[in-house]
This record gives sequence, C-alpha cells and structure tokens, in this order.
Amino acid sequence: MNEILSFLIDNEILIYLLLFTILLGFEVISKVPSVLHTPLMSGANAISGIVILGAIILIRTTETDNYFTLILASIALFVGSINVFGGFFVTNRMLEMFNKKKKG
Amino acid sequence: MEKFLFLLSAFLLVWGLRLQSDPASASKGNKFAALGMLIAIFSAVIMPLENSKSNLIWIIIPLSVSATLGYIIAKKIEMTSMPQMVSIFNGLGGLSAVLLSFTEINKWIIFPDAYEIIVVVVLLSSLFIGSVAFTGSLLAFAKLDGYKWSEKLTLPFQHIINIVFIFMILVCSYLFISSSDVTYLYLIIFLSFVYGIFFVAPIGGADMPVVISLLNSFTGITAALTGIIFGNIVMLLGGILVGAAGTILTLLMCNAMNRSLLNVIIGGFSSSGPSNENKEQGDIKEISDSDFAVQLFYSNKVIIVPGYGLAVAQAQKLCKEIQESLEANDVEVKYAIHPVAGRMPGHMNVLLAEADVDYSKLIELDQANEEFKSTDVAVIIGANDVVNPDAIDDSSSPLYGMPILKVWESISTVVLKRSMSAGYAGVQNPLFFKKNNKMYFGDAKESLQRLSSELKNL
Repeated sequence: MNEILSFLIDNEILIYLLLFTILLGFEVISKVPSVLHTPLMSGANAISGIVILGAIILIRTTETDNYFTLILASIALFVGSINVFGGFFVTNRMLEMFNKKKKG
Repeated sequence: MEKFLFLLSAFLLVWGLRLQSDPASASKGNKFAALGMLIAIFSAVIMPLENSKSNLIWIIIPLSVSATLGYIIAKKIEMTSMPQMVSIFNGLGGLSAVLLSFTEINKWIIFPDAYEIIVVVVLLSSLFIGSVAFTGSLLAFAKLDGYKWSEKLTLPFQHIINIVFIFMILVCSYLFISSSDVTYLYLIIFLSFVYGIFFVAPIGGADMPVVISLLNSFTGITAALTGIIFGNIVMLLGGILVGAAGTILTLLMCNAMNRSLLNVIIGGFSSSGPSNENKEQGDIKEISDSDFAVQLFYSNKVIIVPGYGLAVAQAQKLCKEIQESLEANDVEVKYAIHPVAGRMPGHMNVLLAEADVDYSKLIELDQANEEFKSTDVAVIIGANDVVNPDAIDDSSSPLYGMPILKVWESISTVVLKRSMSAGYAGVQNPLFFKKNNKMYFGDAKESLQRLSSELKNL
C-alpha cells in the first residue's frame, strides 16, 4: 500500500495530467456527426501508435550488443509505426473525399 | 529543445483530434495530428538520454520500411475494406505495446532492482490490454472480412469462461510478481491472447465497428501505461486522449444503433438468434428490368438507400450514373444514409463520395423518414437490417428498438438483393413481403448495370 502511495506521490504531475487528459479526450469528441465516426476512429487509432516513442527510447538506451532487446524493440517499432503511418495515410485518403465532394 | 518539441507535438495531437470532429476541418485535423506525431518521433530520436547508445540503425530501418509499407497499404486498399484495415492497424499497435512491455518486464527479471513492483504491475496491465487488443482486432478483422469460421468460435458459457480467464490471469500475475518466474509471464501472455479472442467471439459481426472502436481505446490505454513507464508525457497524453476519445466514440456508435455497450459486448445480435426465421411471410414479387426502369423514369422523387451490398459490389459509380440519367429527366434523386449502413458508421458517405455524389444529395435518418412519405420509389441497394420493419413492429426481434429507415412509407419500394438470405443480423425482413415492395435480384453491380442500360434506352 505504501508503495502505491509513494508511486502516486512520485508521479504527482503525471497523475494530474492523466485526469485532465481524460476530461480533454471526452470533451474533444463529445459531439461528432456519424459521418465522421469512421475517419475519426481511424485517426485516433493512428495516434494510439504513439507507443512507438517507447520503442525508440528503449532502443536508444539498450547496450549495442543486447540483441534480444534490440530485435524485440525494433519489431515493436516496426509494427507500431505501420499503425501510425498507415493510419494517418488511410485517414487522409478518407477525408480527402469529403473535400473533393465540397468543391465539386 | 526536445521539451519544446514535445509540447508542440502534444498541442498538435490534441488540436488535430479536435478539428477531426467537424467535417469541414477534419482533413486539416488529420494532417495536424500527423505532423504532431512526426515531431514527437523526431524528438524521441534526438532527445538527450542518460546512457544513450548509437543504435540509430535499429530505429531508422524499421521506421522507414514501415512508413513505406504503411503508405503503400493505405494507397492500395479498397475503400470497402477500410474497417478491416483500421482493425489490422489497431492490432499492430496492440502488438507493439505487448512487445515493449515484454522487453521491459524481461529487464526486471534480470535486474529485479530496475523497477519497483508497482511498475511491473503497470507493465503487466499494459501487456494484458495490448494482447487483448491484438488478438481481438485480428478476430474483428476476420469477422469483417466474412471468414465463416470466425463466427463459430463462441463456446457454451462463454461469459463464465471469460471470467475464469480473467481470474487465471490475475493469479498468474500474482505468482509471477512474487516468484519472477518467466514461465508465468509466458502463461499470462498466452492467456491474454486467448482472452482477446474470447472477448470478441460472442459479439455479432454487425457490431464489429463498435468493438474496433473499443479495442482502439484499449490500445490508447496501453500507450498511456507505457508512457508512464518511460516517463514520456506525450505518450501518456496521446494514449489517454485516444483512450478517452475512443470510449466516447464507442458510446456514440452504440447510441446510433440504440443499444447499450453492455448489450453489444454480451452479444445482443448473435445470442438472441433468428427467432422468427421460419415465420410464414407471404409472397414476394419480382420486377423486370424494363418495368423497373420505366417506374423510376416517370417518378417525381426517388430515394436510394445504399447498404453493404453496394459496397461489396463496388457499384457506387453505377449508382451515380443512374442518378444522372434520372436527373436528366427531372426526377429528384436523394440518398438516405442510415448511421450504421454498411459495416461502419460513415461507410456509405465515404463510398458515395468516391463516386463524386454531391454531398447535398445525402440525407440522414430523421430527414429521410420525413421524406419517404412524399417519395414515389425507394430503391434499397444491398441494405437489409436498416430497413427492417421488425425493428418497430416486433418486440421479439433482435433488431427491435434500432432506429431504421421507414422506406415502406413511400408509394413503392424496390429491393436490390442477391438472394432472399437474411441480413447481417441473421433475421428475415418482412419488408420484402409487403404489398408495395418488389424484388430485383442479382449482384448490385450487374443489376445496376442492367438498369442503367435500360434507362438509357428509354
């Protein structure tokens, strides 16, 4: 129990941030026309690929001969960034159609 | 420097997501978010770290290969397979989180002093949620892509089995933390993977969009958890943002179908089953090519109701062609878009946009239900469940309560369909047997082709 408390105190700012971001996330998406559900889901999904930052940091702090970690982290980076890049490109393609439509 | 860049990228991510909730700015929003992501990646590569090693090659290669691959996939993919694609991407994100947590936990096994117990708990949660998102997304993909086996994975007492699995995972986690025996870790991963399958298995195919959105918010949460471990604020922020936004989006989608999230997860559609499949329904009437063309040609107002059938057949361009030939004869043509037509909200909008159908021709549920009363012909192309009158009339129907398009209020309806088979929810549609309804059988593309050439001959 003490450990949990000390963890919370050590990461006080992060916990605050966590709470506010949850509220922010709710607020940002509160009213979306159903037309945009698919692109939004795809766009949000691309953002969740932010996990690859962890992979990058991990790779950068790993000993150069620790192949076990390097390989695993590289695969993590690889699959994660397919999520990121593919996600943004796909979303872009969907949304471009809405643009075209308005001009046409 | 990198602190400033992280701040900038965090701002861009939030603002980009904000812009994406409005059709006018959505495209810009996505670009903002993408830029924010690029800046975050760049900062993570250049930020000074305590004992940084020159492993740059391990970063550059996977990053550039996947960027190219992601670009090619996004370019090549058919618009109809968009939902599947999002599902696969989401699964990969989950897998990434699993690998990361796994590596970090391994660090802890070798150097028990590296992390406190609570950090290991966070890592294990990330591992669990990531695994569920991974296998769950893959199964969601299989269901969306229509693999038959994927609908048959449900075991009897599935919900009880799932609770047992959660319990087993908790026990293994406890044993792992107290013994740091790697066997338990593998067991946790295995159980979590299987749990991901079990979690999605009982959920009906029609509910997959909701599930993907939910799994998407799971991936966001894992990203946030991993962010805590790496002490990276942008990761935490981006992850939670997606977690929260994904949850709201999930609820919005459920609302569009007038169902609760719990109802979806327990598997409303699939478990309540086709209660009245064999009910005597009466006769159906077919319409011939020329009759159909003439009927449309001399109408004042036609409303087209597109559905998944149109998407599979890739017939959206023909649809537009028919619209044009009718409009040339002063027939008013509109498209009624049900919020969950197709396999995903917004699916039909994207599809029709691809065929250059004017945005103002698309009308939403409430307006459409007003307009059917003054419509001569409602043409239902490959849609089924969203025009099923049972949703209003029959309280025993699994569709009961879902808001639907009341097409039968038009003077007449024509349903384009491949066969008399039931729709995605697995129930028969009494609309087909209504007096003012006619059927026009065939693949949507061929049917529309026939209709289109018939119209041109008039």
